[in-house]
Amino acid sequence: MKQLMTGNDAMAEAAIQAGCRYYFGYPITPQNEFTAYMARRMPQVGGVFIQSESEIAAINMVMGAAAAGGRAMTSSSSPGISLKQEGISYIAGDQLPAVILNVMRGGPGLGNIAPAQGDYFQATRGGGHGDYRCIVLAPSTVQEGTELIQDAFDLADKYRNPVLILSDGRMGQMMEPVEFKPRPKAEMPPKDYILTGKKGRERRIIRSLYLKEPELEAWNKIIQEKLMKIEENEVRYETRMVEDADLVLIGYGTCARNSKEAMRTLREKGRKVGVFRPITLWPFPYTALSEVVKKARAALVVEMSAGQMVEDVYLAVKDTRPIFFYGRMGGQVPSATEIVQKAEKIFTEKL
Amino acid sequence: MQTTKSHPKSLFPVSTHYCAGCGHGIAHRLIAEALDELGVQDRTIGVAPVGCAVLMYNYIDVDTIEAAHGRAPATATGLKRVRPDCIVFTYQGDGDLAAIGTAEIIHAANRGEHFTTIFLNNAIYGMTGGQMAPTTLVDQKTETTPYGRKPSNEGFPIKACEMLATLDAPYYIERVSVATPAKIRRAKKAIFKAFNYQVEERGFTFVEVISTCPTNWGMSPPDAMKWSVEHMEKVFPLGVFRDKGAEKDRTETGADK
Amino acid sequence: MPETKKPYIEIVTDRCKGCELCISACPKDCIELDTSVVNAKGVNPAKYVGGCIGCGSCMLICPDVCIELYKEEKIQKSA
Repeated sequence: MKQLMTGNDAMAEAAIQAGCRYYFGYPITPQNEFTAYMARRMPQVGGVFIQSESEIAAINMVMGAAAAGGRAMTSSSSPGISLKQEGISYIAGDQLPAVILNVMRGGPGLGNIAPAQGDYFQATRGGGHGDYRCIVLAPSTVQEGTELIQDAFDLADKYRNPVLILSDGRMGQMMEPVEFKPRPKAEMPPKDYILTGKKGRERRIIRSLYLKEPELEAWNKIIQEKLMKIEENEVRYETRMVEDADLVLIGYGTCARNSKEAMRTLREKGRKVGVFRPITLWPFPYTALSEVVKKARAALVVEMSAGQMVEDVYLAVKDTRPIFFYGRMGGQVPSATEIVQKAEKIFTEKL
Repeated sequence: MQTTKSHPKSLFPVSTHYCAGCGHGIAHRLIAEALDELGVQDRTIGVAPVGCAVLMYNYIDVDTIEAAHGRAPATATGLKRVRPDCIVFTYQGDGDLAAIGTAEIIHAANRGEHFTTIFLNNAIYGMTGGQMAPTTLVDQKTETTPYGRKPSNEGFPIKACEMLATLDAPYYIERVSVATPAKIRRAKKAIFKAFNYQVEERGFTFVEVISTCPTNWGMSPPDAMKWSVEHMEKVFPLGVFRDKGAEKDRTETGADK
Repeated sequence: MPETKKPYIEIVTDRCKGCELCISACPKDCIELDTSVVNAKGVNPAKYVGGCIGCGSCMLICPDVCIELYKEEKIQKSA
């Protein structure tokens, strides 16, 4: 049965249905509905909700809960996610599972509370100190948000790695029909690392401190090998009408929605346009994107930023095809009309 | 002939990396003895700090996680909420607890989280080489207060027990010292009591241990112990700041009436 | 009544860091640094020289848990 819900509420409910029983968060707009939903629902399902004293405390509570074997998450918006980076680095260094939702807003600094995509670099390059990556999932509809947040818990447990979901102020606030589909229980590796007290077994230590250089390098190699497995197995993307496209629009999240709308308008005008939408921003679909763009004549990257994902598109396509960029900042969303105009300009002047 | 004191089971019989005469070793032993006496070693989770005691898990034989600097109370909150049957403790120094982690300790205490914090206060940063701590005394010289701590520039030492005792939730708060055998006996009782209250699921328990840093203070260990008594205890008086268990006992036995 | 043996201590000298806290804590001057020995830590470890009264002060203050005290348990029943 479908119900009309905001992105924040729907994703919170989906997290509960995915077995999340420990939520720690600190208020920040535009993700507050998520926290409030958790505050209402956790007591109903026997879970734990704590409004923490800061985003820093929240992510460290997630770390403790994950170390004890709980399915734990936190959510925030851009400035708060910056504060969480220390904890995310420790979680990655400890190889613990965690799910973090970023309902992105305008930046830098305090910015504003309007939707933005300026946190792409922070999300996909690690964000905190040291060599690590978060798995980064970018839904473009409320329905997909509910499914990806559920996948996020499984991915986090499967790889013992933090998983970040990039939503934005618009995705969080808009209402769409959602259906919570029953999911088959995924088979997960045993949690043979969690702290429960050492009764009946060797005691366990969860740490990221390795004072001897060879030991720390060896630990880093274990993490890197895991990340390579994720790159091999977990790349996700969606394509629309790219087979015969001259121009491929590339966008994620909210920008993918508007790019699809622009594509329909352009197709009606006879322009052969397709859309490539990365769903995992890390691992980024380099190979798939490269193949798609090589079949076309050019690509247009659309972002709510000064141009961040476009660097990954360059890494994928290299100089085989011209890459154009259209971005808005400050909480401005590139409209379908603007994307159409930009595409028309490319068709008339560049191709 | 019997030994009255054998090495605690919860403490590995190894040499520590601490400097000669460092109070961490004494505090570690008192924790291990408390865990042994309560029989909870097998269900205890320690949260190691950043600082000299970061390698605590090399000495105390319990499941352990290492927290980020100052964040141990938040990490312990997560652990204890998932494993209420486990005995969870944080072990924190003065920089960790009273500078970078001030928010975390105050709010964990204010929520009345059911874990125990052992707070080692030696008025200086040890591991990083002797910088000013939030608990450094006025006029005390450190690497970063080379002319002595001046209240006009650095403010006054922070009193963690007094600060936490302004909150309603904490169940037990006591400040002890490890400077003399008699004080260590008192410290042992306090640490035992804190863990015992946790076993009884009473609430947040906190023991501040006045300790020394002979290396960074530039004193011999016996002189450092004397200095801690003569100077630190003036600023950080020993004693019980909160004991709801004792209040409860008094009420129940009518001793207050 | 069995003969009561005098208490004594044993020092695990390889863990001793020579901090002298036991020496300062002992009320009977029973411990001194053994200047004839340099242990693996490169210090003169503490040495028991006799006269222990079994108070346990050295054991309590030793940060490195190097000291074991031996004395007969007093069994007293107040009943």
